[in-house]
Amino acid sequence: MPGPIQSIERAAAVLRLLGSTDRPLGLNELAAALDLPRPTAHGIIRTLRDVGFVDQDVDSARYLLGAGLQELGRGGWDPHDLRAASMNWADSLAGSSGLAVQLGVVSFTAVRLVHHVFRPDGTPQRIRTGAEMPLHATALGKCLLAFAPVATPRTRDLDLHRWTGRTCVTVAALDAHLATARHRGWASDAGEFEAGTGGAAAPLRASGGVVVGAIGVAGPVEELFGLGGELRPKLAEQLLGASREISAVLASTP
Amino acid sequence: MVGERVVAAIDQGTTSTRCLLFNRAGRMLAVAQREHRQHYPAPGRAEHDAAEIWRNVTRIVPAALRSAGLEPSSLVGLGIANQRETTVIWNRHTGTPLARAITWQDTRTDGIVARLVDAGVAETVTALCGLPPATYFAGPRLRWLLDHVPGARAGAEAGDVLFGTMESWLIWWLTGGPDGGRHVTDVTNASRTMLMDIRTLEWSDVLLDVLDVPRSMLPEIRPNAEVYGTCTAVLPGVPVAGALGDQQAALVGQACFASGEVKCTYGTGAFLLMNTGHRLAESTHGLIPTVGYLFGEKPVYALEGAIAMTGSLVQWFRDSLGMIGTAAQIETLASTVPDNGGCYIVPAFSGLYSPRWHPDARGVMVGLTSFINRGHLARAVLEATGWQTREVVDAMNADSGVPVTRLKVDGGMTANHLLMQFVADVLDVPVERPLGSEAVSLGAAYAAGLAVGYWSDVEVLRSNWHRAAAWEPAMDAALRRREHDNWGRAVNRSYGWVQKPDDS
Ligand SMILES: Nc1ncnc2c1ncn2[C@@H]1O[C@H](COP(=O)(O)OP(=O)(O)OP(=O)(O)O)[C@@H](O)[C@H]1O
Repeated sequence: MPGPIQSIERAAAVLRLLGSTDRPLGLNELAAALDLPRPTAHGIIRTLRDVGFVDQDVDSARYLLGAGLQELGRGGWDPHDLRAASMNWADSLAGSSGLAVQLGVVSFTAVRLVHHVFRPDGTPQRIRTGAEMPLHATALGKCLLAFAPVATPRTRDLDLHRWTGRTCVTVAALDAHLATARHRGWASDAGEFEAGTGGAAAPLRASGGVVVGAIGVAGPVEELFGLGGELRPKLAEQLLGASREISAVLASTP
Repeated sequence: MVGERVVAAIDQGTTSTRCLLFNRAGRMLAVAQREHRQHYPAPGRAEHDAAEIWRNVTRIVPAALRSAGLEPSSLVGLGIANQRETTVIWNRHTGTPLARAITWQDTRTDGIVARLVDAGVAETVTALCGLPPATYFAGPRLRWLLDHVPGARAGAEAGDVLFGTMESWLIWWLTGGPDGGRHVTDVTNASRTMLMDIRTLEWSDVLLDVLDVPRSMLPEIRPNAEVYGTCTAVLPGVPVAGALGDQQAALVGQACFASGEVKCTYGTGAFLLMNTGHRLAESTHGLIPTVGYLFGEKPVYALEGAIAMTGSLVQWFRDSLGMIGTAAQIETLASTVPDNGGCYIVPAFSGLYSPRWHPDARGVMVGLTSFINRGHLARAVLEATGWQTREVVDAMNADSGVPVTRLKVDGGMTANHLLMQFVADVLDVPVERPLGSEAVSLGAAYAAGLAVGYWSDVEVLRSNWHRAAAWEPAMDAALRRREHDNWGRAVNRSYGWVQKPDDS
């Protein structure tokens, strides 16, 4: 095993020093306190700033601990913050697509709905916020498996229960679906959980590109997909547009 | 979308000002927003800088157009919705406010109101304007400004100083300011001043006399949908064609055009309005009769229940107690426990509004035991909004004789599904949220669009309303009764805390 990496030790020392006072520190002060050459200190502090662990005060050019550090210990996005940040765009997606819209996050081995907008056609519908659905058989779930591999179980550890004739019940079939999803940027469900009801879902990314949830549309399979089984192009555009707009909101919130 | 013409709305709110653009289907195309500073110079005082708010308007409107890729020439009109009862006076020659605007949450006029009541004029006032004398309304604030701001009364009498609520202030600036800006208000805002006769829809000499306000400083009262003037600033050439108080705007935005339809907007405070048609419904249960809207010849009236603290209690929980990082996280914290653990919070921070009207009440937290943790407190905060809604709905049922069978909701707190479910549970009726929770702005856009013929009539607007969510009641009846009873006992403990209004 290699020994400790000096630049990481030095970066940790810089963070400790900044955390030891409420006062922003200047570069010279930092270099002197840690007994580092000025260019070395400058390189470290700029890298820390670029990843969001250090902020630089615009007026004084001095440094302080960054908002990105608080985020680290928070254990991901609060699901209700996620809903609040998405609400406008979720409504707008339901309005433009004419379909129901759902937001999902990983909850152990399932996807949990954190938001639900009705299909805007006046038909009676039940609000499904809080419901859990299988990862392998839904668009939201497959989207999270494809784009948030760290937060989700490995496909071979999932219980690939057969919900309909179309459910992926082998690891190979599921992995192929996930590869397609990664390639196109969205995941789909052609009636794999509930026969006749399908969906499409795209990832929601917070700062650093980390996937924190998924947004999807749901409705009758024939409304979502063309005869060849491809998602209708307009719908794909609207879905990806909403995921991009929400991700921009998420990325701009520390 | 090229060539599509749209309507703009400005929502001048308590914490921020927003500009939204809507198309004919009522779909939002762009939004720009800016917060303004809240000034709390002393306990019970809350002020805004009206000049800052006007500056914000000059920034957000172009920003909204930019984000939609549109020019002012794409706009058929501009509508305004505003925080009601917030009062400003300014110099008509310079456009400078004589003092900071006194906001609707400010209670400094308790002395003025108490003296009105002592003088035995309360009944006269209520008979004319429909409102019980209260610190909530604009008239007593205007009186306070006339009494306390140097030069205000003399200036008003000389015709140099103008009074307005926020829509008056903005319309005056948009249409020219010191250079011929129109000094108007709309009937809904005027109906909240305690100065307007609610039947004739004109300033009442008796009420002006009671509050000792010079008529020369008052704006002209106009209907909600008409061209007040043409913008010379911000959107040159665009007609300013609609104005409504924010709660009436939400009534319109929620398409509550039939008698008996009800909406509740959950923001800083919560406001339930029921359309009562052309009939002015008097309240014997603590509600306020008010003008709903005036689009044609005859006004549509509404009954209103005003709850002072709902979202602001969540803000207090976040900012003053530091229990949560964001308002939305209260749902996460509340979900850590199955119920309130026996704890109740009555947020009478500035007294209780509808339907109880107890200015002497102050906030209480009861039922504390060592069992209670932060999760229970979070629940108690949310449940306070639910029970306050229930009290207003009960009063509405009693006053109108037509029971509320469903509640249309909008506003920032509708993001909270735990709360919306609780509201449905305690009311025992379904709660419904429309697609696009910007009912206030939409209502202002509707008014402006109706005025310029963009929409032909209110029936067209009704088809723009789509249900985005519904919460069905699911609480056991016995539990509902028990909890209701506990809430009532908690409220009783908040009464009579303030012993004498401050004399100022
Ligand atoms: N998820 C939530 N749960 C509980 N309360 C919330 C939630 N989201 C927002 N709020 C509360 O709702 C209020 C904001 O709602 P909204 O933006 O509708 O306010 P508003 O009264 O319209 O403000 P303004 O007058 O500035 O427009 C805040 O008081 C906030 O505490």
